[in-house]
Amino acid sequence: MKAAILIQRWYRRYIARLEMRRRYTWSIFQSIEYAGEQEQLQLSSFFSFMLDNFTQLNGSGPGDPMNEEGGGARYELIEVCDSYCGPHLSFPLSVSHTNALLSAFKEQQTLHARYVLQLLHETKKFLKQMPNIIHLSTSYSKEITICGDLHGRLDDLLLIFYKNGLPSPENPYVFNGDFVDRGKKSVEIIVILFAFLLLYPDHMHLNRGNHEDHIMNLRYGFTKEVMQKYKNHGRDILKLLQDVFSLLPVATVIDSKVLIVHGGISDMTDLHFLDSIERHKVKSALRLPRRSLDCVVMARGGGQVKGQLGSSRHHPGLSPSMLSPAHLSQVPCLHSFVPTETLPAAPGEEEEWKQIVDLLWSDPKVQNGCTPNTFRGGGCYFGPDVTHSLLQRHGLSLLIRSHQCKQEGYEVCHDGKVITIFSASNYYEEGSNRGAYVKLGPDLTPRFFQYQVSHCTRKLTLHQRVSVAEGSALKALQEKLFAHRSELMNTFQKYDRNNTGWISPSEWAQAVESVLRLDLPWRTLRPRLARLTQDGNVEYLSCFENIYAGQPLPQVTPNLAETLYRYRTDLEIIFNIIDKDHSGLISIEEFRHTWKLFSSHLRVAVEDSAVDDLARSIDFNKDGSIDFNEFLEAFRVVHRLDTKDQQQE
Amino acid sequence: MAEDEDSAEAIVSQVHRKIREAFNLFDVTSNKTVDVREIGTIIRSLGCFPTEGELHEIITEIEEEESTGSIRFEKFLPTMTKVLLERKFRPIPEDRLLQAFELLDPEKKGYLEPEELKKFMTQEGEPFSHDEMEEMLSAAVDPDKNVIFYKDFVGMMTYDDQ
Repeated sequence: MKAAILIQRWYRRYIARLEMRRRYTWSIFQSIEYAGEQEQLQLSSFFSFMLDNFTQLNGSGPGDPMNEEGGGARYELIEVCDSYCGPHLSFPLSVSHTNALLSAFKEQQTLHARYVLQLLHETKKFLKQMPNIIHLSTSYSKEITICGDLHGRLDDLLLIFYKNGLPSPENPYVFNGDFVDRGKKSVEIIVILFAFLLLYPDHMHLNRGNHEDHIMNLRYGFTKEVMQKYKNHGRDILKLLQDVFSLLPVATVIDSKVLIVHGGISDMTDLHFLDSIERHKVKSALRLPRRSLDCVVMARGGGQVKGQLGSSRHHPGLSPSMLSPAHLSQVPCLHSFVPTETLPAAPGEEEEWKQIVDLLWSDPKVQNGCTPNTFRGGGCYFGPDVTHSLLQRHGLSLLIRSHQCKQEGYEVCHDGKVITIFSASNYYEEGSNRGAYVKLGPDLTPRFFQYQVSHCTRKLTLHQRVSVAEGSALKALQEKLFAHRSELMNTFQKYDRNNTGWISPSEWAQAVESVLRLDLPWRTLRPRLARLTQDGNVEYLSCFENIYAGQPLPQVTPNLAETLYRYRTDLEIIFNIIDKDHSGLISIEEFRHTWKLFSSHLRVAVEDSAVDDLARSIDFNKDGSIDFNEFLEAFRVVHRLDTKDQQQE
Repeated sequence: MAEDEDSAEAIVSQVHRKIREAFNLFDVTSNKTVDVREIGTIIRSLGCFPTEGELHEIITEIEEEESTGSIRFEKFLPTMTKVLLERKFRPIPEDRLLQAFELLDPEKKGYLEPEELKKFMTQEGEPFSHDEMEEMLSAAVDPDKNVIFYKDFVGMMTYDDQ
């Protein structure tokens, strides 16, 4: 019957379109995520420098956490007042404590700062005596469960425990890093994981991830979460966490056959060497060891930037072709601020750091070889040959890693030799991906279990799921366009020689890619991002139409405003560094000084007077200090369609 | 705006870019191949309405001699370019789609029962698989009335078209 065929063909076409949209939505989320990491790593030397030196302005002396003992937190002196109704801990911990924690967190309660500090203190003491690489064995009575990134999603952790049981001597677990950041419940997650670690030290194992890193936490939300939840003791908690994170083991090996690391490996990875290093020296992958910083500084003036992330043979984590000019970080401004007598790093320290960075940051690739991870800006891409040779060298048969979100929660590559396991479902957006964990018995055949946390009572149709995710991906992309407006306009106008206001689809796609470098299907996205003329050309001004500045400040020139949008996240990090007591306030003088440093670092030409005007205009109550949360809020962009969207939902 | 945009060569290169972009979205491992099961989705997402038979023919044409389960871009590109330039598998106008639903509803109720639609879609034409049918019903059935108001459904299916 003809009617049926017609409907079937239409419907299959419709589903194909949806699938296409789902794919590009995924690409957008992934590109933007990695571009953010890349930016963070490119600015790492700047952030390191700020951490080391700039904090002197506060009169608190050079803050070098490498030399600081985090034990200063005197949890014994903190009183738990009677009005506190959350769980109480006493050490050594027992099952009743972990149960109490789980039910308290389900009820949205917060653990008292005193107990958090004590737990961290105990965890630090315990981790100190653990080796860099942990060796486990399976047995028939107990399979080992391996979980990937959780990223502050407590619901996912609770769902895993619900489906797979709580950690216990009969039910051992390995959590493969990235417990914190992005989600809102990172504190709860580490409290639960650390409590189980202390309760069952032989049956609960934690690998370090690239987000167990205090500089990453400045950007991706964990620092903020801690400060919001613990107004008085947040700073002590963060300080102690720096040590705890740096003491987490970096790898786990099961039955001498299965290697578990957060990111991956490189062609330099040497497990024997890794066994022998002092892992706690690497406080952050984003802090070059001291000597490298010197190299960076000396390399100014056109020389190569040395000591970047990734194995030394490959050229620095950033390849020039990937960068737009504004991002090129030759760190010119660092020079004049580096103290004259820098301590040279001990020989080998840089090597240790590189080995760890490769474990925490790398991703597998299809082609053979080992190349710098230009997409993320750190670690490397390792091919099947690199996997094969490492496994063979160490008599291993399988590599399990996490670090990358996968739509199904897991993925197998390199001829079945590499497994990616990712445990945060709905990572990019409600419905974007499933979470998974993997179980290994003595036969070492991986068995996968998938799940998805759902907040909706009614199941969304495929169409609704795609539309929701697509909407937020496109919004993120529009913000990117907006933040690069003048650069884009320049490029558009180069193509539009006759000032018609429109350019061809390929010209538009080329222009946008040359500025944003996100490697996205711009032609396909074109109708979603801009208005088209009847014959399909792009009215390029329309891509900035649906978005506008949150709070127009008359004193701010459009150029400066655009720069502020673009570097909003970086500025927040810098503010957080300067604001050592996390009060949310910095002085006008500090603001002015930082901004100048930062803009010269980025080579953004902003006139001094414009910065002064800006500083004055944001000191709303004229008391000489700036509430920078409020300040950054003013530089958030707003989508015109927001109200309409809500009505539709 | 250069005038060579309209030359034959330029049109071919435009079509090539369009195909490459669609293909790349499905080339998850970036090695210039896609899973053969995705070919239908790629062709359809490029605006074509092939029948299952026609789709099968294309796949046979571009498959490797020894079936590998994947399709290479080099093989896909010329075939797909031809399809698009010769305007094969042209879209079926929207009003025909609505007419088709009306044919299934001779009493002109304005809606179909899930069971009716299911019968037509899984027993006639190029039958839907179980999954396809479930997905279609979950999108088409009105949750309150538990019937398919096909006019709305047609609107939804055709809405996103650019």
